[in-house]
Amino acid sequence: MYDSGKIIPGLIIFVLFITIPIWYNRGGAGTEPPKPVLPKDAKTCVLPAAEIRAEHMKLLNVWRDEVLRDGQRAAVTVDGKEYPKSLMLNCMKCHTSKKQFCDTCHTYASVRPYCWDCHLAPVE
Amino acid sequence: MKYAFPLAAVIALVLCALILVQIPGMQYLFGVVIPYLAMALFLGGFCYRVIHWGKSPVPFKIPTTCGQGYSLPWIKHDKLEAPVNAAQVVARMFLEIVFFRSLWRNTKATVYAGPKLTYESSKWLWLFGIMFHYSFLVIVIRHMRLFLDPVPGLVAFVEIGDSLLQIGAPAMYMTDVTIVLALLFLFARRLTNPQVRYISLMNDYFPLFLILGIVATGILMRFFLRADVDINAIKQLAVGLVTFSPTIVTEISPLFYAHLFLVCTLLAYFPFSKLMHMGGVFLSPTRNLANDSRMKRHINPWNPEIKPHSYASYEDEFREDMVEQGIPVEKELPSQG
Repeated sequence: MYDSGKIIPGLIIFVLFITIPIWYNRGGAGTEPPKPVLPKDAKTCVLPAAEIRAEHMKLLNVWRDEVLRDGQRAAVTVDGKEYPKSLMLNCMKCHTSKKQFCDTCHTYASVRPYCWDCHLAPVE
Repeated sequence: MKYAFPLAAVIALVLCALILVQIPGMQYLFGVVIPYLAMALFLGGFCYRVIHWGKSPVPFKIPTTCGQGYSLPWIKHDKLEAPVNAAQVVARMFLEIVFFRSLWRNTKATVYAGPKLTYESSKWLWLFGIMFHYSFLVIVIRHMRLFLDPVPGLVAFVEIGDSLLQIGAPAMYMTDVTIVLALLFLFARRLTNPQVRYISLMNDYFPLFLILGIVATGILMRFFLRADVDINAIKQLAVGLVTFSPTIVTEISPLFYAHLFLVCTLLAYFPFSKLMHMGGVFLSPTRNLANDSRMKRHINPWNPEIKPHSYASYEDEFREDMVEQGIPVEKELPSQG
């Protein structure tokens, strides 16, 4: 092999670089998968659990646009129950803790929603 | 046909993953076994190809030069186009690898009535090429959030930068837009430019469609078909894969498996395709050699070893025969006692 003094170190650097996730996570199994604390008293949400889990960010975004940009503040009615279109006055009523609910998954998956650029996070 | 078949192949791969993953137990195959196999093929194949290239002799010094070579002191030397030492070669390679400098120099030749031939700078290929490669790099770095736990600051920083426009929720990534635009341009270029279309082969179209398929399934998962795309379960699987203790905790959307299967195909296909230009760019003798053939002798590694043979030693070897045949010799045979 020619120029092995340059090619082999280059190749080793490449393999080490590609396998960074293995070195980074080695040993410990990392942090535990998140277990958000669910509200104890409330049993229903504005959408079924699977849907709200997948679509909550879209829903909040739509509500934000409707309320702040179009002035449509009328509450949403689901199964005869009225819910105001609001993060603080609706979602956070049941899911009271940002740290124990929102942040568990968001931190794990490195998601940074910009809700709290405007809203004041509850003091915990 | 040259593009229909690769397109059909990518569609078949997607359908294969979407359908097979419905069978119980197949999630483990698509989520664990195939990714490990693909990664082993990628790393093994990559090293094999690079070492194979390393074993190939370079008989001549063949840097491509396109500027004034090193000459007399009053002739201006083009250090980047005709590098003569290691530092200049490194500078040239750096600009090539990081900024795609040779594409920047791309020109377009057109024949007008007359006939008149004109050359004009054409930077579209450079623009969309660099857009594609850097978008892909940012996307790979972003995906590290699923493999690294806790997520390092650099990955988070890249992600924040990529979603800086804060359009919609989940936030739109700029690289998602740029990579699709770039891929579509690179495909359209192969279709519309007659010369490029003529030389385009299936193995030029296939990676384009494959990467477009990966991008499309990824965008669909993030923005449109979010049902069952459980990011925490996916991260658990990804972290499990890199800690060699993979688990699939819940039912994950078939779309995710299609995405993963296409990525595995890309990884497995990579070392055996033109995509190896990733390693090849470092090993191109036309780029990584210095233009110093007048200063340093380049020995062809496959030259046979020829020992010098002077006339004196030739005569020593054949003197008896020469004298016998009556050929004049410079030094007579030693007199016989």
